[in-house]
Order: sequence, then C-alpha cells, then structure tokens
Amino acid sequence: MKGMKALAAGTAIVVATFAGTVYAGETFDNVKAQGFVQCGVNTGLPGFSNIDDNGDWKGLDVDVCRAVAAAMFGDASKVKYTPLNAKERFTALQSGEIDVLSRNTTWTLSRDGSLGINFTGVTYYDGQGFLVKKSLGVKSAKDLGGASVCVQSGTTTELNLADYFRSQNLKFTPVTYDNADATAKAFDAGRCDALTSDQSQLYALRILLKDPSGSVVLPDVISKEPLGPSVRQGDDDWFNLVKWSLFAMVNGEDLGITSENIDDMKKNGSDKPDVKRFLGETGEFGKMLGVSDDWAYNIVKQVGNYGESFERNVGSGSNLKIERGLNALWSNGGLQYAPPVR
Amino acid sequence: MHEFEKHPDLPPPTSQMGVVGWLRKNLFSSIPNSIMTVIALYLLYLTIPAMVEWALINADWVGSSREACSSDGACWVFIYARINQFLYGFYPVEEQWRVNLGAAIFVVSLLLLVIRGVPGKAWIGGFTLLIFPVIAFFLFSGGIFGLEKISTSNWGGLMLTLILSTVGIVAALPFGILLALGRRSDMPIVRALCVSYIELWRGVPLITVLFMASVMLPLFLPSGVNFDKLLRALVGIALFQSAYVAEVVRGGLQAIAKGQSEAAASLGLNYRKTMALIVLPQALKVVIPGLVVTFIELFKDTTLVSIISLFDLLGIVQSALTDPSWLGFAIEGYVFAGLLYWVFCFGMSRYSMHLERRFETGHKGS
Repeated sequence: MKGMKALAAGTAIVVATFAGTVYAGETFDNVKAQGFVQCGVNTGLPGFSNIDDNGDWKGLDVDVCRAVAAAMFGDASKVKYTPLNAKERFTALQSGEIDVLSRNTTWTLSRDGSLGINFTGVTYYDGQGFLVKKSLGVKSAKDLGGASVCVQSGTTTELNLADYFRSQNLKFTPVTYDNADATAKAFDAGRCDALTSDQSQLYALRILLKDPSGSVVLPDVISKEPLGPSVRQGDDDWFNLVKWSLFAMVNGEDLGITSENIDDMKKNGSDKPDVKRFLGETGEFGKMLGVSDDWAYNIVKQVGNYGESFERNVGSGSNLKIERGLNALWSNGGLQYAPPVR
Repeated sequence: MHEFEKHPDLPPPTSQMGVVGWLRKNLFSSIPNSIMTVIALYLLYLTIPAMVEWALINADWVGSSREACSSDGACWVFIYARINQFLYGFYPVEEQWRVNLGAAIFVVSLLLLVIRGVPGKAWIGGFTLLIFPVIAFFLFSGGIFGLEKISTSNWGGLMLTLILSTVGIVAALPFGILLALGRRSDMPIVRALCVSYIELWRGVPLITVLFMASVMLPLFLPSGVNFDKLLRALVGIALFQSAYVAEVVRGGLQAIAKGQSEAAASLGLNYRKTMALIVLPQALKVVIPGLVVTFIELFKDTTLVSIISLFDLLGIVQSALTDPSWLGFAIEGYVFAGLLYWVFCFGMSRYSMHLERRFETGHKGS
C-alpha cells in the first residue's frame, strides 16, 4: 500500500513536470487546424459514454464533446473519441493525445492542483446514495438504522458508509461483495435491506434487478462527487471555450431554448434580450471566445440543452430513469447554474 | 471314430459385449469407479438440462431490442443486434469488404500451406509471411489506391483480436528462433545480449508492457510525436512473445543429441547449414506442442489490450454491456465471446496434433 502511494506520487511528479514542458503549443489553434476535437471518454459507462448498436458514441459526457465541436466548427460530429480507462486518462490529456477529457472524473483539489489540468465545470453532481426495496417503506437514509447494507469491499464507498452511519449515530451491518454485479444480485436475493454506491451507478444496477420498479433510490446523498470535463493547463482560450460550451447547454435550458424551438425563436425573433444574446443576434459574444457568433445556437440545435441531453441519456428518455435531483436547474432546487451570456 | 468337428465359436458373455460390456469396462469397472460415475452423472443431470433450457429452449432469438427478450432464457437478440460490432469494431460497414477480402486471402494461403501436395509451398509461405502483411496493412488502413483511410482506432472486435495474435505469432517465431540460437551461441556478447533480453521480457508481465507502451511512452516522446496506439501494442506483444518462443525453441535445441551437429560437421556443413538443415528441423518438430501452447496463450492474452482501451473481441463485448439499452445481458455476451475464443484455440490445438502426427518419424518414446 505504501509502495503504491509512493509510486502514485512518483507518477504524479513525473506527470506534473512533463505536463508543463511536453505541450507548449496553443491547443485552441491546433484543434482549429486539425478540424476535429480529440475527446477522451469512458470505455463504457451506461448513460455517460457508451457505444450504441450502430457503433456511435452516446451519453452525457459524450454530449459535452459534441457541444465543444458544435461551438468550434458548427458541426457536432467533428469529434474523435478516444476511449480511456481510469489509469490512462490524465496521461492522455497531458501528452496531447486528447484535447478535452470528458470522462466522469471527480473534481478534487489534488487533481486540479497537481496534475496540470483544469476542470471546466460540472456535468453531473454525483454522490453516494442508497437503493432500497419499496416494500421496506423507507423514505430517507436516516430511517436505515439497524439495516444491513450491501456494499463493494475496498472502495471509498465502504468508508463513506461507515462515516455516515457513525455521524448519524445509527447501527448498520455491512454485507460486502467484490464487484457491482455480485452486490446487485445479493440485494435482489434479499441478503440486505439496502444497497449503496454512487447514485449514477445505483440506477444502472437497478436495471439488473428482477423487478426494477420495485426498488427506489433514496434522495439522500452522503458524499460529494462532482463529475466534469477537464483540459490541459496553459491555454486559456481553449479552457474558456470548453467551459462556455457546457454553460451554453445549461443556459439554454435556463432560457427555455430547446433543439426543437430554437429555429422558431431565431426566425420569429424573440424579444427577450438574453435570448437574443444567446442566439448571437446582438453582441459579438462568439468572437470573444474565438468562434462564430452562432456558437450557442449550434450547440443547442445539434446537441440540445442540458435538460434535453440529461433526459435523453440518463433520464426519463433512457432505461436508467435517473431523477434530476441535484442536477436540476438552480431555479428548480438543483445545483446546475451557469453564468449569463452578456 | 470320433471325428474332430469344429464348432462355431461361442459368442462372448453378454456382460462383455455391446453397450453393457462397454459400460462395465469403462464406467463401472470397480466400486470407486462406479461411485464416481454415479456422482458425475448426477452433476451432469443438475447442470446440462438447466443450461440447455437457458441457452436454447427458453431463449429469445428474434427481435431488435431488449423488449424482445421477455422470457427467462438467454437473449441472443443482443448478440444478433451487435454482431457486426463484435466482428469488426468501428470499421465502417460499407468498407468491411476490405476486411473480408484480407481474411479470405489469408485463409486461402493458409489452406494452400496446410493441404498436402500443393506445389510451390516455399513461395506461398514467403507470400504469407512477407507480402501478405503489407497487403493487409494497406487494405485495412487504406489511404492509397483510392481506398478510404480508416484509422486504426476504428479497428476492433474479432478482427483486432486476430490481427494482434497473428502479428504476434508471425513476428515472434523467427525472432524467437534467432534469440534461442543466440542464447546457445559461443560468442559471449551475443549470448549475454540474448540472455538479458529473454530474462528481461520474461520477467515482466504483459500487462505492464502494454501499460508502459501506452501510458508512459507518450510522456517521454517530444510533443506532437504520437505513435499509433495499436502499433505500440503490437510491438510490445511481439517483443514479449519472442522471449517466450525463444525459451521453447531452446528446449527443442537441447533435446537434439550432440551427435547430430557433430555428424553434420563431419560432412563439412558450416554452422548455418547445420542449423538450417539438421538441427532446427528436428528441434522445431519436438517443440510443436510447446509452441502451440504459447500461441494459444498469446491468443487469449490479447484480451489484455483492454487495459489500454483497445476494443478487442472481449473489450467490445464488455463495452456493449454498458449500453443502457442492453444492460443486464452480461452472461450472453461472455458466453458468445468464450465460444469464439474456444473455436479458435481448439482449431489451433487440433492442427498442432495433426502436425505432430504428420512429422512423426518414430523417435517418440512410447
């Protein structure tokens, strides 16, 4: 364990020193010249990045890549996807193999501070939660006193679980398993009252149950896992574009602009000044980012606003049926909030 | 006078004949054997009907989405919907004839090599080893003769598995033989180099080699220089595999009695001819089983490339399992992948047994 830590620290140092030197060129100009965005995604995470029957990449994280391409080139399909696993993701970004990493990566201080990368925002507020059978009649995690909880062994999930119950002064019995599938099977067989994992995963595990609708994910979140895209340090223009591509999706939903009504709004002319700015009819906001003024129009038209993307990939339009929860707009009691285009 | 009259032979007792005899001889020859037979039959009874029921009787065969899979059995619709991806990865559908053509050329030249009595085997062998890889590379990746360029990141599935293992096997065999000869050489520097090479690569797990090639190498290259990921993996696999082949071949070389090379020397053959005409043909014959074992291992080890996010057969099946429209069909996916791996490995194993019989010259101790 100590060896592993030393190794990890060593890698981080190597990585950090190289990150500054290896890449000195302007990412923004390079991306523009090569004509496509190189985007690092997960090799397979249901609803976030996965391959559909036709071999196309789909998912919430994938949509961020497409939004950046739509803003840059006016064409959301100009993306080259590089599937990455957890170990190689940062190296791929640092070495220039990819330009943006959109791979369910938790935004933490150590990653922001020591890896030579910058997080550009939060695509999904994840966090550890609980899955229980509806028949148990539990409405909140606080009612789980004395329950047996299925959990994957050796994960931070397990530690968070112990911390949570201790801080709530509740008793519980952990039932540990090696992998997610075994945990879900045990829960299905009634070996435990509740199953705990990151919420996004709970919804994916729920599909594996014999009767998915008989179980429910409790609203409580007991840990913070903000997932977001990141870019290499050293090119603020590129950082800005990726950041505002995500903001444009959230702002689109905030302003009630969807991929379906956006052409109407553009044609008939909205009288709302913030919509006009968003659509690029007044002001030169695209120019400030180094792209055309209809950048936000292209994003919402081709990718959709944040809400559309969410529902299509992980929400009601998918098999996962994840509730908006923390990822609802700030005006609906969630955390999704974007600075205004002005 | 009693005349000798030949009676027809009596048939053997019924307990020694036919089905009953066979059963008695092979399954119930003693009490422990009978007990084991009964236990084995019971275990088969427990597993086989359930498996057949799941895989065949209760299975869903037709449809195009998970809604078609309503029964308790296997959902082969999942495999059917994804079969193209499992075989070709992300290779564009309208260009897949190129892969098929390449595979056809390879199969035909292999068949010509395998079938006895086809003339010009040396030429066919040379074509398969030297010219075909070049043709295949340009055919698959394109960019010339008006063929659309297809990046290696689009290669995947069974196609990638076969490319990785074929290149690994074909590149490692000659290199491994040279290393084995070098390790037995009288020249100290050559020997030291070969020994250290072999021991270095044998001492490192393949997964580490792949990881270094994929994750660490880019950090040490100047910016902008980016080797193809597949190429990095191929080089890593070939280097790694040749060390194993070298040791197997060395075993064969050591099995050949010293008298053979002394006899060759007394005929006036030089080192090269001794090796090429006398020692290696015998040594390689001896190590056919060992070589095939390493090749079968390599074929299965190619699944490790999923650690560097290349989608080989297993990788693409696993990634298909994460599609929200198909969550929960892991068993079907793994059974399918396992079956394909088994078919190829079993084929290699049968061919090696055939080769052994064909080259049998009566030296085998029995």
